[in-house]
Amino acid sequence: MSKKDVFSKRRDFLKSSVAVGVSVGGAVSAHSSPLKNQDNGFLEVDPWTKTQGSGFVNPPYGLPSKYEKNVVRLLPSPAPTFLTGSRTPLQSLHGIITPNGLVFERHHAGVPDINPDLHKLVIHGLVDRPMVFTMDDIVRFPSESRIYFLECSGNSAAELKKASNQTVQQIHGLVSCCEWTGVRLSTILQECGVQSNAKWALAEGADGAAMTRSIPMSKLMDDALLVYAQNGEMLRAEQGYPLRLFLPGYEGNMSIKWLRRIKLGAEPWQTREETSAYTDLRADGKASQFTFSMEVKSVITQPSGMMKLKSKGFYEISGFAWSGNGKIRRVEVSTNGGKSWNDAVLQEPVMDKSLVRFRFPWVWDGAPATLMSRAVDSSGEVQPTMDAVIKAKSANTFYHNNAIQPWRVAANGEVTNGR
Amino acid sequence: MVAKRYFIFVNCVAVIGVLVGCVSGYQAHGPVGLGKPISEDQVRAWNIDIGPTGAGLPTGSGTVAAGEKLYQQQCASCHGDKGQGGPANRLVGGGALNTDKQVKTVGSFWPYPTTIFDYIRRAMPHQAPQSLTNDQVYAATAYILYLNKIISADQVIDAKTLPLVKMPNRDGFIPVEK
Repeated sequence: MSKKDVFSKRRDFLKSSVAVGVSVGGAVSAHSSPLKNQDNGFLEVDPWTKTQGSGFVNPPYGLPSKYEKNVVRLLPSPAPTFLTGSRTPLQSLHGIITPNGLVFERHHAGVPDINPDLHKLVIHGLVDRPMVFTMDDIVRFPSESRIYFLECSGNSAAELKKASNQTVQQIHGLVSCCEWTGVRLSTILQECGVQSNAKWALAEGADGAAMTRSIPMSKLMDDALLVYAQNGEMLRAEQGYPLRLFLPGYEGNMSIKWLRRIKLGAEPWQTREETSAYTDLRADGKASQFTFSMEVKSVITQPSGMMKLKSKGFYEISGFAWSGNGKIRRVEVSTNGGKSWNDAVLQEPVMDKSLVRFRFPWVWDGAPATLMSRAVDSSGEVQPTMDAVIKAKSANTFYHNNAIQPWRVAANGEVTNGR
Repeated sequence: MVAKRYFIFVNCVAVIGVLVGCVSGYQAHGPVGLGKPISEDQVRAWNIDIGPTGAGLPTGSGTVAAGEKLYQQQCASCHGDKGQGGPANRLVGGGALNTDKQVKTVGSFWPYPTTIFDYIRRAMPHQAPQSLTNDQVYAATAYILYLNKIISADQVIDAKTLPLVKMPNRDGFIPVEK
């Protein structure tokens, strides 16, 4: 196969991805670029090369190209009475960083409008010195930036019982990855003098849910951050502007947004969000509680559900892997439904509790195929099959589904959810 | 578990290493003096959390009758006139949990009565959170417990009686911490 053939086939593949973006976004977009050049095989100098471009076409805060307008977050359809979130278009992302406008959302009382000059953080309870901090105070502390994934523990939940969704965005779009900047919580806690009997802390948001979770002090003193920036700019409103807690590797709702208060105590508070929600119901009707870590997981995003392979030949299978328990050590890919597995290439840098991009070269022979990825993390945990998840946790469970996602490729190239 | 404890121990050592200043030059050795002291009295308006033992419950009380009136005015349009659910969650009934068709409600699933008070006070009613008086929150709590047949119609709910209410699923949770 010549290099040109490979390119044109890859281009077709990308085109099919764009088409998925169109269907997901719900809008219909006709690409207006002239295709005449390709018709007879002879290149011509394009019109945009023979004139000056327009001035600054973008507003001072730039936007993506108009040809990318369908790469957007997905809202539930039909819209529910209480809008609670949106999903990241994983199939359209490159590398590991989620652009700020595409980071998934999950709200419990909508997005509050908070003036950062008026925002305050209180730390009290089992401390020697209860303290209040303004945003001016917080940004003066020693800071650090870390790349971490954030995943809702309800991500991929519908797939536990049946294949109810079609695209990777619909099924797995409650995961994103950003560079987060802020202050180590341990640094600010020492301003207050943590008392020795403080074993848990309540983190509380300033939103209309005054969202609360109890968090073990061991996590807060380990790698917890008070975050005010993401991907180089201040937090987006929907990510907790001006201040959120960030607990690397833990289920997303614990990284309390619009953080206004941390109270140290001896026992968990048993809040609504850690009893009636975000617990894992077992087969016997008991519920596992305080299951914080998001376990080892991966998903193929190229190709994925609702895409279409237009011809036989070379494709790069690619996707994300992550673990709340450490680094990704290995990702394997199967193109025959799990009969055999081969190592994928992991894109450096492979970081602790970050998304990792994996890649695997594949020549499609035109026969039906089932594509799967399986991740292993630094603690040795292996991503399970869906059957294994249901067997281990029961079909009653909802949160923390980290099962392998199969994608079925039909002989006509159509990719569907193979669950 | 032993391995995990060791891991936490190692992390603590690492954190202490940072705190004593052996890593980056500007990591603080101790308090750097940013922020202001605040008294517990000054925090009062935000200090609304209730613990499972009832710690934090305010003065005031509520009856089932007062709760029913309040519920019909402020809660029924979303949760149904008898707590059967609507645009928002069902609050009453639910039955067995050891089935994949389980329905989790306050009655069938919530382990602590104090959580009902805490959640109503901080987050309800939906369009006007933190607008109810403490008496109203006690009353709404009483009515939801009554609808679930957990308390009788004449029981008064206050800081003393609420923590004593035994929820049907009180023993339904296994702490895992992982």
